[in-house]
Amino acid sequence: MQNTLITLSLIIPLAPLAGALLAGLFGKTIRRSGAHWVTIIGVAVSFICSVLVFKYVIIDDFNGGKFTYVVYQWLQSDNFDFHIGFLIDGLTAVMLLVVTFVSLMVHIYTIGYMKDDPGYQRFFSYIALFTFSMLMLVMADNFLQLFFGWEAVGLVSYLLIGFWYKKETAIFANLKAFLVNRVGDFGFLLGIAGVLYFADSLNYAEVFAHAEKTKFSGQVIQIIPGVDWSAITVICILLFIGAMGKSAQVPLHVWLPDSMEGPTPISALIHAATMVTAGIFMVSRMSPLFVLSETAMTMVLLVGAITALFMGLLGLVQNDIKRVVAYSTLSQLGYMTVALGTGAFAAGMFHLMTHAFFKALLFLGAGSVIIAMHHQQDMRKMGNLKKYLPITYWTALIGSLALIGFPGFSGFYSKDIIIEATRALAGHSQSGIAQFAYFSVLAGVLITALYTFRMFFMVFHGKERMDDHTKSHLKEPGWVVTGPLIFLAIPSLLIGLVTIAPMLFGGYFSNSIQTPEYNVLGEIEKHMDGGFGVGAFTLHGLLQPPFILALTGIALAWFFTLKRPDYAESLKKGLKPLYLILVNHYFFDRVYQAVFAGGARKVGNILWNVGDRKIIDGLVINGSARTIGLFSRVFRKLQTGYLFHYAMVMVLGLLGMLTWLVWPVVKGVFNGV
Amino acid sequence: MEFKEIILTVLILTPIIGGIFALLVSEKLTRSVALVFALLTFALSIPLYTQFDTEFSDTKSAKIELYKANPAERVARFELKKPWIESFNINYHVGVDGLSMPLIILTTFITILVILSAWQVIKIRPKQFMAAFLIMEGIMIGVFVALDAVLFYLFWEAMLIPMFLIIGIWGGPRKVYATIKFFLFTFFGSVFMLVALIYLYTKTPGSGSFSILDFYHLTLTPLEQMYIFIAFLLAFAVKVPMWPVHTWLPDAHVEAPTGGSVILAAIMLKIGGYGFLRFSLPITPGGSADLAWLVILMSLIAIVYIGLVAIAQRDMKKLIAYSSIAHMGFVTLGFFVIFAVMQVNIKAGATEADAIIKGAALAVEGGIVQMISHGFISAALFLCVGVLYDRMHSREIQDYGGVANTMPVFAAFAVLFSMANAGLPGTSGFVGEFMVILGTFKANFWYAFLAATTLILGAAYSLWMVKRVFYGEVANDKVAALKDINKREFLILFLLALTVLFFGLYPNPLLTVLHDSVNGLLIHVQSKL
Repeated sequence: MQNTLITLSLIIPLAPLAGALLAGLFGKTIRRSGAHWVTIIGVAVSFICSVLVFKYVIIDDFNGGKFTYVVYQWLQSDNFDFHIGFLIDGLTAVMLLVVTFVSLMVHIYTIGYMKDDPGYQRFFSYIALFTFSMLMLVMADNFLQLFFGWEAVGLVSYLLIGFWYKKETAIFANLKAFLVNRVGDFGFLLGIAGVLYFADSLNYAEVFAHAEKTKFSGQVIQIIPGVDWSAITVICILLFIGAMGKSAQVPLHVWLPDSMEGPTPISALIHAATMVTAGIFMVSRMSPLFVLSETAMTMVLLVGAITALFMGLLGLVQNDIKRVVAYSTLSQLGYMTVALGTGAFAAGMFHLMTHAFFKALLFLGAGSVIIAMHHQQDMRKMGNLKKYLPITYWTALIGSLALIGFPGFSGFYSKDIIIEATRALAGHSQSGIAQFAYFSVLAGVLITALYTFRMFFMVFHGKERMDDHTKSHLKEPGWVVTGPLIFLAIPSLLIGLVTIAPMLFGGYFSNSIQTPEYNVLGEIEKHMDGGFGVGAFTLHGLLQPPFILALTGIALAWFFTLKRPDYAESLKKGLKPLYLILVNHYFFDRVYQAVFAGGARKVGNILWNVGDRKIIDGLVINGSARTIGLFSRVFRKLQTGYLFHYAMVMVLGLLGMLTWLVWPVVKGVFNGV
Repeated sequence: MEFKEIILTVLILTPIIGGIFALLVSEKLTRSVALVFALLTFALSIPLYTQFDTEFSDTKSAKIELYKANPAERVARFELKKPWIESFNINYHVGVDGLSMPLIILTTFITILVILSAWQVIKIRPKQFMAAFLIMEGIMIGVFVALDAVLFYLFWEAMLIPMFLIIGIWGGPRKVYATIKFFLFTFFGSVFMLVALIYLYTKTPGSGSFSILDFYHLTLTPLEQMYIFIAFLLAFAVKVPMWPVHTWLPDAHVEAPTGGSVILAAIMLKIGGYGFLRFSLPITPGGSADLAWLVILMSLIAIVYIGLVAIAQRDMKKLIAYSSIAHMGFVTLGFFVIFAVMQVNIKAGATEADAIIKGAALAVEGGIVQMISHGFISAALFLCVGVLYDRMHSREIQDYGGVANTMPVFAAFAVLFSMANAGLPGTSGFVGEFMVILGTFKANFWYAFLAATTLILGAAYSLWMVKRVFYGEVANDKVAALKDINKREFLILFLLALTVLFFGLYPNPLLTVLHDSVNGLLIHVQSKL
């Protein structure tokens, strides 16, 4: 079994890599169809192997549900071992399935979406490469490989946002995305350095063993001289900064909305379903460390709550269909982070999974609309597409209901459990931050329903606002587009219902996720009569405030978009200052652009022109050259050209040297006397 | 004589003889002759790796005693010693260890690429051009293998002559200013080194010796160490170059022909870093420890200050030159942070040698890996600029835009190398920086913090340049008329890309030859503190 698993776990990342290399390097030879076939086969093989691995490791409970394998030693220095190796446990297994499945759907979808694009092969190569990188990230058994995958997905994200490299907005967005992510990675790398320093290893097993054994007690670091800070808190905060970059948490969220400049399939795959959730995955993976630091957990909770609430609000004022979905992604990532902050890591992972399906579905649905509309993304120019795109309509409805957490849909289970967890924590800890988080996730439900159905109604219902030319061409795209929509709609509908019991209350994550001292999920279970039951939980959900808030949201959306759009306009005018803040995204982008981008350039210019040119070169170097010049003008006067002057100096010099040489002898003689 | 004894001498002489041949044959043949000799030298340098004795790598117990007793032991590989000027006890003494051997192979590899890159481009005096590069290759190998201080100094200064000629003859419009500046800076530094070497000679027991290995045995007073350290620092800091004696580099690069820039960035800068390892640390460990703060400060300024300056550059070559200075900051940081690491260990209660140096080797090896990696990446970037310059005769970023439209294959390479320059994992650029940052964290959080800013700054200047040069709509007619790289250019960039990726994905083969020498060095330094 060990050998089978080694083979399978090697095939999982390497099959997409092989596809990526073939499509990327030999794209001209294998042509367009060759490119999509090799990559699709690669990812499909990877998906099948993931299913098998899931069966062998999780269902058959291989070695206690945990498989590890060291592939090769990357480097060894100072008796530290850095290697490439795999760890497959419950946490990884679920990520493998999600990543390979969504990726496969997106690959198939891309055939339709990119069919007229000249960069067809390049695109397939990139998304297969992304799949490889993401798989390496989730399969890592050490921090080094995690960082490898982390940066590699960042690279592919950069390449894909800037896929249409002629578009000025796209190449601005990809640079921005990479740099903002690098700010997060900056913290992440320092966190890794801290782990190596304090735990003497970068391998998960050893680091977690160290955490369990010592609890990092007594290990301190002085960031400000003289003040001891707990090492584990510093490490966790630094690691979380990395997560904030990749999972787009405030204030490092600014890159995600702009990333929508990339083609839609990658918005679905990278900027909704998989890559942006890497931060959530990472924190869950590091749960044995995070549970040791209450301070870090509180920070996680706060950042998540802010993101969940304030990013959702921005979705209300967007008119670009993709941007609405993007802001909803930000807000949902906030929910996941809140879950992590409450200590319900499993709930965060659960929402990550359901979100991957329904958000990929919504993005691909948006893409389907965009194809039909000839790459028009402005919702004000759409309307009543229900008539023309029935499959897209119904699948989008499923996605939307899942997103707002309508009872029975997958999103309901994952979101409700996060709300419950936050409520439990707020009740338990009485801290202001927990209260705020509870308010955020609750208010977030209303907001989510509002913007989601505002979009839904604007796109699929109401008046047909497109021009006649577009209207005459409106039709459902082919099966390569609708097929993935249907395949994603199924889990969006069912996955929560089926998996909530084992994943959250059945000990599925028991060997991979550590629960904190105050175990919120355990508390929730305790308060249910006779343990957790899916049916009871669903029915219970129908009576709770979140459901009422969601219904209110839908009703408001209907009222303002379909019934009385003029009210929305007057509301916009009445609340002008608020509206301005929202359409300007709280001015984050402008401030960053001015302070960081502009500031760095300005400082660089000053250092260069003043520091290098004026002071070092001007004053010191050329200054000393001038000084030498001055001296030489004086000394030149000594060079008279008269032979006897030179002879004179020579004689004087010789005399001097002789004296110097003879002096010790003379001195010795005198001393002898 | 045995192969192992003469191989280093053969390596010095082969390219020099090749250079003479290149001068003698016709202009038509000179390129092929040069290439053959460059390939031959490279082939001859391979056994240095394959036959390198890594048995030494067990550093525990017995080995520690051996290193303490005889620090010269570490450098004894492929050794040859013949009397040269007997009255001053100057010997022709060569040998390598793990610190110099990788740099030799880097030299022989890069020279091949330089000769290929100049194939069609150099139209004026191609014979002299080829000869200058081959002769310089021999001299640079000489610098790395010399174990006698006089021999070292001879090669060290001789290196300036071909470089002076390369910039002076084949350089750009301000070549005179650049050459004079380059020459004076480096010469200024090395004069102090010469004085230090002569002083060390007077200190050796008996009839005196110029052997670097004998210098290792000297016990110098703290004051002597301080002065000698400063003298070495002046020489090596200029070469590296470290802030604030770096301003010659951007000027020299801008005026140098592509091949000159490549050799300058890929190899000559490394000689400064090598000098710290061969001279400063083992000969004046006390002085190094006392002034480590200064070197660390200069290194961190290089990383942050120069990183910011690089963002502001408008000339591609200047940008890469500044980026080189920032990257070399990691080298010196890694070398000198070891003293802070040792202090942390001592504070934590370490008393045994191997406990005291724990964590220091990570930083030093990181610095060495950074040197090698920067050799590949800076060479690649300068060659990329060369490709563009040959076509457009401009290095100004603003003259470009949308090059990816007309040169897609080339753009792919350029993006790869820029990413490597930004330290992307999977490329060699990541390995050294990663190791140094990890090693530095142990010494001081803020050192690591400042060093890690390279993640942001490096990405900012590298990728902003990529954006402005390669992405966007075709900027003008000149860009529209660009032709993608030819087979020769493809081959050069492809070889570099393979190397950069190989060492990014599997750096261990490089590390295995370092352990023994680095640990030996650290034990030696620690024992003399």
